[in-house]
Parts: sequence; C-alpha cells; structure tokens
Amino acid sequence: MKTLTALSALALAAAAAAPALAQSDHVPAGTKLAKDQTYTYWLQDDIKTLDPDLNQSVEGNEMLLQLFEGLYDQDNEGNLVPALAVSYDLSADKKVYTFHLRKEAKWSNGDPVTAQDFVYGWQRVANPKTASEYAYYIQLMNLENADDVVNGKKPVTDLGVKALDDHTLQVTLSKPTAFFREMLTNATTFPVPEKVVKKYGDDWTKPEHMVTDGAYTLKTWDIGAKIVMVKSDTYWDAKNTTLTQVTAIPIQDTDQALRRYMAGELDRVQIPAGQYPRLKKEYPNQATSHPYSCTYAYRFNVGPNGPKALKDVRVRKALSYGINRDIIVNKILKGGQKPAYTWTHWDTAGFKAPDIPYAKWSEAERMKKAKALLKEAGYGPDHPLKLSITYNTSSDHKKIAIAVQQFWKAIGVQATLSNYEWKVYLDKLNKEHDFDVARVGWCADYNEPSTYLDVNVSWSDQNSGQWDNAEYDKVMKDSTTAKDPQADYTKASKILADDMPLAPIYAYAKADMINPHIKGIFTKNVMNYWYAKDMYRTAK
Amino acid sequence: MIVYILKRLAVAIPTLLVLIIVSYMLMHFAPGNPFSSERAVSPEIMKNLDAKYGLNLPLWEQIVHYLWQVVAHFDFGPSFVYKDRTVNDIIAQGFPVTLTYGFLSFIAAVAVGVGLGITSAIRRNSWLDYCAVGLSIGAQVLPNFVMAPILVLIFTLGLHWLPGGGWSFHDPRFWILPVIALSTSYMASITRITRSSMLDVLGSNHIRTARAKGLPNRKVILRHALKPALVPVVSYLGPAFVSMITGSVIVDVYFSTGGIGKSFVDSALNRDYAVMMGVTILLGTLTILFNLVVDILYAWIDPKIRY
Repeated sequence: MKTLTALSALALAAAAAAPALAQSDHVPAGTKLAKDQTYTYWLQDDIKTLDPDLNQSVEGNEMLLQLFEGLYDQDNEGNLVPALAVSYDLSADKKVYTFHLRKEAKWSNGDPVTAQDFVYGWQRVANPKTASEYAYYIQLMNLENADDVVNGKKPVTDLGVKALDDHTLQVTLSKPTAFFREMLTNATTFPVPEKVVKKYGDDWTKPEHMVTDGAYTLKTWDIGAKIVMVKSDTYWDAKNTTLTQVTAIPIQDTDQALRRYMAGELDRVQIPAGQYPRLKKEYPNQATSHPYSCTYAYRFNVGPNGPKALKDVRVRKALSYGINRDIIVNKILKGGQKPAYTWTHWDTAGFKAPDIPYAKWSEAERMKKAKALLKEAGYGPDHPLKLSITYNTSSDHKKIAIAVQQFWKAIGVQATLSNYEWKVYLDKLNKEHDFDVARVGWCADYNEPSTYLDVNVSWSDQNSGQWDNAEYDKVMKDSTTAKDPQADYTKASKILADDMPLAPIYAYAKADMINPHIKGIFTKNVMNYWYAKDMYRTAK
Repeated sequence: MIVYILKRLAVAIPTLLVLIIVSYMLMHFAPGNPFSSERAVSPEIMKNLDAKYGLNLPLWEQIVHYLWQVVAHFDFGPSFVYKDRTVNDIIAQGFPVTLTYGFLSFIAAVAVGVGLGITSAIRRNSWLDYCAVGLSIGAQVLPNFVMAPILVLIFTLGLHWLPGGGWSFHDPRFWILPVIALSTSYMASITRITRSSMLDVLGSNHIRTARAKGLPNRKVILRHALKPALVPVVSYLGPAFVSMITGSVIVDVYFSTGGIGKSFVDSALNRDYAVMMGVTILLGTLTILFNLVVDILYAWIDPKIRY
C-alpha cells in the first residue's frame, strides 16, 4: 500500500512536471508551464477601434500588435525584429525601399498575406473618405504624395506604395527618412484584408467578421466589459505561440484595478500615482517600473493670444528654472519617473542630450538665476508677474499645478490655476490657443528623437504655443536628409533649452504590478510594446 | 381609461420631438469636438472627418436628416468615437446588461423596501423599527461610489466569494455586487416612504373603523391599509425604475459590466454626439413610458383618481 501511494505520487508528480503544451522556442528548456495559458491585463479606458487604419491610441496599438503583424516587430530593447519583412533593399538615393515579404504568412481565413494588403491598408489610411485621424502618420512617413492624397488633391493610387508582386512591396518616399523602418512597427502600417473590409465595411472588425494576420484573433469585444483574443492557428509561427488567450479589461479607477489584481483577476495593472514605493516594498517581485517614452511639460503661449510677458525669453527661462522637478518626481509621482530638462525622453534610441547647464545647477542656483532673470525683465515685488496655468481635470495634473504654483510663488510669480474639462481644454490649446501656460504631454510615435522634436516646428499642428523659430525649423528640416540626424537633434534640443518654448518637467516611467508567473513580458521597451506571442505562464 | 391612455400617448410624441431637437442643439453648442485629442488633428483631416459624419452641413439640415434616420429607419447612425460600432450596436450590447441588473435591483429594492417599511410601521418604536430606520438612513447616506469599493474589499479580497467585476448572463455570481451597489439607496428610500405613508394610513378613520368592526390585524393591514399606503411609493417607483434599468455609471465603471450607464456618461465626455443622442432618446422614451404606467397604476390603486 505504501509503495503504491509512493508510486502514484511519483506518477502524479511526473504528470504535473510534463509540459502540458509543446514547448515553444521562447520558453527555456525545463520551464514548468501552467496548464492555463491565459493572460489578462488592465486597460484604463475602452478601446475605441480595432481597425488598424483608424486607431490613434496607444492602448489600441498595443492590442493591434497582438491581432496583426506588420513588416517589423520590436524586441525588449526596442530594436527592430523582422516580422513579415524578411529582407529589404534600399535604393542609392535612399528614397525607395523594396521589402521582401514572408511567403508563409496567412490571414486567419486562410488567405495568404500579400503585398497588396499593405498597399490597400496604407491607401486606406490616407484616403480622405476613410477620414482617419492618423492619416497624419502616413504624412509623417514621408510617403511620396502623402500630403496631396490626404488633402484630396491626388488619387490614393498616387501614394508612394506599390505591390511589385504578391510578396514584394515597394515604397517610395518624398525624401530620405532615417527613421522610416522604425515607423513600421506601428499598427497604422499593418496590412488589412481587402476582401473582408470591402465586404463588411465598418463592421469588419466585429468578432464574427474580423480576419487578422497576427498570432491572435478576436473572440469577444464588449465595450466597457472586455476584449478577448484567442490564439490563431493560421499564424505562420503558431507553433511558438504559447499563450492561448489574451483578455483586456477596462477599469477606469486605478485603485479598483489594483484590488482586482490583488484578487487574482488581472495579471498586470498600472500602479496608482504615489503608491509605487509602498508596493515595491511589499511585493518586490511584482512591482516594476521602467522608462516609458512620453514627456510631461508646461508649454508657454508665445503666440498672438498669449501674454506679453511670455514673449520675453528671460521670463520663460525664469519660469522653467523655478520649477523644482525633483520634488515633483520624488514627492508627488514616486513611480520611477525622472526629472526632464529635454523635451525628448532621455531613453529615446540614439538621443544624445546637449549640455544644458541648468540641469546641473543646484536648487539654490536655479532660484537665484530665476529671480535675477525676472528682475531683468522688469518684474519684481511691486510689479509681480501674473499668469494662469491651464490643465485638464485630473487629480495628478492638479497636484503638479499646485506644486508649480508654489515654486513660482517663491520667485515672485503669481499663478492662478485654470482647470478645464478635457474637450474644452483641447479647444483652448489647439484651436483657440487661448492660455498662458498649459500642461502638455507627448508620447513617442516611434523610437527616435524626431517624434518629439517635430512637434515644435512652426508648421506643426501640435505647436499649440505658436512658437516660431527659424533656426529650429531649419535644423529639423536638415535633419531629415542629414547623414547623422542625431547631431541635428542635439542641436535642436539645445535651441529648445536656450529659447524655452516649453519647460520639460518629467520623463514618464511605467509603473506596473505584473504577476510573477507571467514570463517573456517586455519590461524595458520604452515604447511599451509587448507581444503576447513571446509570453507564457509558468506553473505555481 | 383607453381614451386617457391614448391622450397621454399623443402628448408623448411632441415631447420626444422637443427632447431630440433641444438635446441635439445643446450638444452642438457645447464646446469641444468629438475628434479632438491630445494629438492635434490638422485642419485638412478635420475637414475629412466633418464630411464623413455630416458635421459640415447646416445645423437644421443635420437635425432633419437625423430625425428622418431615427423615425424612418430606426437608425441612430455610427458612433463618432467608437469607429467600428453603430449606436444601435452599442445599445444592443449594453442595454441587456443594464436591464438585467437594473431589473434585479428593482425587485430587490421593492421587496426589501416595502417589506421593511410595512414591518417597521406596524411595529412602530420597536427595536425592529429602530434597526430599519437606522439601516435605511445609513444606506441612503452611503453613496454607491463608496459602497462599490467596500463591497469588493469584503466579498472579493476578503472572503473570495464573488468576482470583483465583469459580467456574464449565465453566472449569477457576477450579478450580486452590482445589484447590491445599485439597489441599496433605492431600498432605503422605499423603506422610509412606505413606513411614513403606512403610519399615516394606520392613523386614518377607515382603519379605525375596520378595527372597530373587529377585523383581524392581518386583514386590516393587507386589505385596507396596504393599497392606500402604496400610492406615494408607486409615484416614487416610476422614475426609480427607469433610472435603475438605464443603469448607473458607477456600477458600470467599478464592475466593468459593459452597461449603458457608462456609455452615456462617456459619450458626453467624448462628445460622441451620436451615442449621446441615441441613449438620450432611449432614456427619454422609457421615462415617458413609465410615467404613463405609473399614472395607470395610480388609477388602479386609488379610485379617487379614476373618478
């Protein structure tokens, strides 16, 4: 009897140890996989669309990375990994790319993925009839005729993208673009199944119709409740895909999301502002924080609607020097963010920050200099500078605005807080340009400094402060054809620090709780890209 | 009675029409734009968007076109923000969920509220009465955005009995927390209204007469006191029913139920004109309908109204 029990125990242990699934290349040998290969993650807000050509949100892009596959993926460090593009040729003038596509790639209905699917997708984004907010991404890619196609002046067939044959895609740019291939990891550039889109129209992304070419297909999409994706058997690398189901649950309240994580209902949630140190202490193997490519700043309105005072560079500099970034990062946010002295996130690929003296000054030095500059500009105790700080309703923005108000009080500036509802705030900023100083945030579209720096050129729609600097415009124009654009980026960053159209405040970090049994998840990628196909769940 | 109902219905149609036109105009005069985001959209792309959604037409033309779509085709159009969904899709997905937990909450609120109200009125000044009054005051002052997290702390994190969120039509465990969170304050109001109205009725002449006739207490309560005592409760229940079955943004947000309450609030914040109109019309229609039902119920309960 005793032997029998021992034997059966042994058999049970052996059964438990045997991998339940065929081990993929991503899983190290000897790893004990969980039977339940599911992954559930948290979304702050609902996904607005799963159409790669219409999406404009970071969260939507994240989900599309699982459902679709484009020419390139990223690895944990942000390097390009060939996905559907197995190789490419570049013409001598650096304007024509020829991509050779993976022949075995299939859509989830069994059709092969062809170069024409890319052509159709890109034309669809640019087509004025599609009315995609992200048509601007196609313009950003510098595809030939992109501006004219988006503005309806030329037919979509004039767009610089062609299928030479089923597996060869030719892209023609209007000018050499150093970061062109980096841009191809964004879902806007992914192929879409022409037949399916034409058959179902706007309904093609419903679970019952949707056809995708990625490692997962859409199973359920209930707005406000959940999105469920399941492993696609037609995916060319399905044998190396371990997770069988990926679920996203939108929960607006971050504290409630954390409670549900603690209850085991979620595998990943964002840590609510200020709670990272406590959670890191209590759950060292679950609380994580890594750089995330977004920057938070205060933009000065130097345009015709802005106050006269802010047209004086000395005032803008004084205001920037007066902000104590260390207190904001260490006492308010506490999630691994870093003080920012450049608009470009410090961890952006290839970025070399210029020498910015005030970044190295002590707090006392900055204050002294700020006061001196204000005095020089004609402001003092009997003639104080009065400004308003505009931000959209949110407790985090409010905390920072209150802190800045106090910092500025110390250098003799009287700031009032103007808090607006989101859509009103957007109108004030981008449409009416009606503000003094406004909170702005910017997240990278691709991992390269120009994604930040382009925002400040005089013709940019994002330049809400209407800053107009001919030298900066020229440097940014030159950078697109330069051999080493990084030198231009450093120069442009130096101009920003010298002319201070905005005061960078902090560089984002992404602080999350991650279930320690989920492996293969990217924790370094600054774009916060991740691919469920590389992930797996270990047994408890 | 039939004529009365028909008359009420005839008034309902222009009421709805006014509701639609006024909300449409209010929405368009509100600052903000459905397509604006942190990433500013260029004027050219904005023009494409306006053309796609018909926002480039004069306002009156938009309203006429909208009314025609709604009346003739029962089509509320595409959502401006959820690009791959129509308003009909969004309502079809969210409303059944809301209806389910709203209806259950209504049943719970009425059953417990009326029961507790009557009992405490009959046993006035007993410990049971004090408990009921205390509980209902407590429940009324505890808003559901405070209660929802407390419920999750107790039942999900503490006891591991119930899921902290999500929805399934097949698994009642998902229904319990939303129903408790939604029904409690209604329950409290119903208890208080029932109790005070019952006390009024119990002190009235016809009850004294019934008692004087020597009727047993049970009969006095059920046959003579209950019906008149319910009149104020019923007038409360009409609007309460509509507001319960059209959901609660708090419940939807905390429990990720996917109900219509969140869509309504989000549509206002997102300036999703189409969803906002669709849900407003749905809510308006239900409100008008149930006010009518309440009036009919009145007539049935209280003959004084009928004659």
